[in-house]
Amino acid sequence: MSTTSPRVGRRARPGTASRGEATSGWLFVTPTIVILGLFLLVPMVMALWVSVSDWSGRGSPFSASVGFVGLQNYDDLVNGGGLAARDFGISLRNNAWYVVFVVPIQTAVSLFLAVLVNRQVLRGRGFFRTAFYFPSVTSSVAITVVWLFLFTQTGAVNRALSWLGIEGPAWFQDPSGVVHAALGAIGVTGPAFLTDHDLLGVSWWDWFAGPSVAMSAFVLMAVFTTSGTFMLLFVAALQNLGGDVQEAAMMDGANAWQRFWRVTLPQLRPTLFTVLTLGLIGTWQVFDQIYTGTQGGPAKTTLTPSYLSYTSAFAGQDWGRGAAIAFVLFAIIVVLTIVQRAVLRERPVSRRRMSLYEPTASTRKEARR
Amino acid sequence: MQRRIRRLMAFGAIATVTGLALTACGSGFSEGGGDGASSDGALTSSDDSLTVLIASSGDAEAAAVRDAVASWSGDSGTDAEVSVASDLPQQLSQGFASGSPADVFYLSTDALAGFAENGSLLAYGDQLSETDDFFPTLVDSFTYDDQFYCAPKDFSTLGLVINEQMWQEAGLTDADVPTDWDGLSDVAAKLTTADHVGLAFGAEYARVGAFMAEAGGSLTNEDGTEATVDSDENVEGLTYVKDLITSGDAAFAADLGAGWGGEAFGTGKAAMTVEGNWIAGAMNADYPDVDYRVAEMPAGPGGQGTLQFTNCWGIAADSPNQQAALELVEQLVSTDQQLAFADAFGVMPSVQSAADQWKTDNPDSAAFLDSADFAVGVPTQQGAADVIADFNSQLEGLSSAEPADLLESFQSNYAAILP
Repeated sequence: MSTTSPRVGRRARPGTASRGEATSGWLFVTPTIVILGLFLLVPMVMALWVSVSDWSGRGSPFSASVGFVGLQNYDDLVNGGGLAARDFGISLRNNAWYVVFVVPIQTAVSLFLAVLVNRQVLRGRGFFRTAFYFPSVTSSVAITVVWLFLFTQTGAVNRALSWLGIEGPAWFQDPSGVVHAALGAIGVTGPAFLTDHDLLGVSWWDWFAGPSVAMSAFVLMAVFTTSGTFMLLFVAALQNLGGDVQEAAMMDGANAWQRFWRVTLPQLRPTLFTVLTLGLIGTWQVFDQIYTGTQGGPAKTTLTPSYLSYTSAFAGQDWGRGAAIAFVLFAIIVVLTIVQRAVLRERPVSRRRMSLYEPTASTRKEARR
Repeated sequence: MQRRIRRLMAFGAIATVTGLALTACGSGFSEGGGDGASSDGALTSSDDSLTVLIASSGDAEAAAVRDAVASWSGDSGTDAEVSVASDLPQQLSQGFASGSPADVFYLSTDALAGFAENGSLLAYGDQLSETDDFFPTLVDSFTYDDQFYCAPKDFSTLGLVINEQMWQEAGLTDADVPTDWDGLSDVAAKLTTADHVGLAFGAEYARVGAFMAEAGGSLTNEDGTEATVDSDENVEGLTYVKDLITSGDAAFAADLGAGWGGEAFGTGKAAMTVEGNWIAGAMNADYPDVDYRVAEMPAGPGGQGTLQFTNCWGIAADSPNQQAALELVEQLVSTDQQLAFADAFGVMPSVQSAADQWKTDNPDSAAFLDSADFAVGVPTQQGAADVIADFNSQLEGLSSAEPADLLESFQSNYAAILP
């Protein structure tokens, strides 16, 4: 490989690139660096400082009167034991359930839609692509308002459910957790070892409450609004796949189901990673829906860390705690993304999996014939 | 080697730029006048024009405040501009952090402690020319750390709002208007039909608290140093509410699919509700056909009781023209001006000298103003809003909970924020 091609040699030394080119390069990226720095990096550094300071919200956080308090604000959240810790625990519980439901569902739905609109035989593909993508380009505030109307006690959704003989709940007023409700229906109530012990002021049994009915309406909304965006990513990826692999699989006798699961899906791994990561980040940061819709109610079951961070700072004047919540959230997202990366990494195909692709005795005989 | 140097240079450049930007941002916050002005008692004075930041219930309120401020501006020669906030606490916080806040603004009892604590507010109460005319409980609501911070702008109390038509259909007369808890339970039962419940109100401390006050309960002792939330009186009040709800003659508004008591009442899902004098505006605008009357809240074992809510005119410690701001506020809380506001957007004046005139002008709502005699304020300590919000979140499950348990968690949260 190390054959001395002169071109490779020159490329390997960027320092010799013409000085003018480098200057204009910097010139072009300067606006972006300045804007990102000013509106992203600087506020982040400031917020990080606020989270370890006792800044009270008046005047500059960098003024001399503001003191460094170390990890006090973080400690209050995690070990405080008071209302602050409990609110934080509740918000993490709510948001975790939101993520657990939204991310898999929106990924599956968007992949399904992508495969659907990618089919050559479908008439009016353009129309469906636009229709599915439409919710994504509409403002989330507008959709939230529509959602509030659709999901009232006497709203369109409950009317539709009544045709099926189902009496719908008062969606945005109903704080009961769906997992608790399901367990309750089969007669399971909190065992003592779960109700007696707690984490962050929330009993273990309450951690397993599941999303409340109100949160479930937000789950549906998130799936509705973001599936279109991710569908677009999957469509782009699907169109990049070569037809030859599909044909080869067809020649080998794989049916459509097998081709999807064993041929198409593995090739979509990078897109899948992107979609899952974006989904994870977006769902952990859910804010506008809560701010416009429920303000954390009913019974705090739609309280999320981002909304709690906002109210702690702006309503409670506890700026350090607000900033600390934001950074804990940041850490959660980073850790989960790393975990997800590890899970989705390229691995050598295991023996068990390999056997699925190896010709069986009967097919081998057929091939010999 | 050369590449490493370039990287270092790039890193250095970014670090420098960030550092410069941080400094620039830091200096964007002007350090403000400090609290020197309030500590030595001298007000700042300058030719600067004033900005007035309000949260408006609607066009009528914004227009009335604009007119009042413009007329003061004309008389005093100081320019003043009114802006309507879309999210008042957020915009106030931004102003205080940047060191250039609005000079005069609406301030709620919730927000007082936080802003007073960080020194954003001018405690000008004692410099007002007339303070005895304010209802004393309102002055208490805006007293923090023994300092009277700001002039109450107006106030509201809770009353019992009754649907006249349903009242008559149930065969009830003027003599049946409840004056005690037994009377209330009684009429609630008579007013309950297949179509509507007798009484509905929001599942929040700001409604249920009235019953706790009627039972003789309070959240703190006299000095405000100790939490008394789990007292027997409060348990009795909350138990009465629970009994009302479980009897089926009363319901929380949310359980009727309504956003608040007024909506449940206006849409005919409830024959009575517990709301404040703001309900008049809502009934006019949204349910003009519903005929209703207002009565004082019935007395409990501890006598009459209700809750009162209020806002004040805050002045910023960082205002460069506090003198003019104070003059403006004096004008805005004057008896005549408050009566004009009451006429324009239905609030109750915070000064006793306007009370009689107001009752003459609003005979149907007189019960709200009469309730001022026994009304108690909502808690104002820093963090109280969070504690109340937590209690509210548990109230929604009151029908299946033990009142004493709810109050116990309220008590421990509340005790933690008392000084």
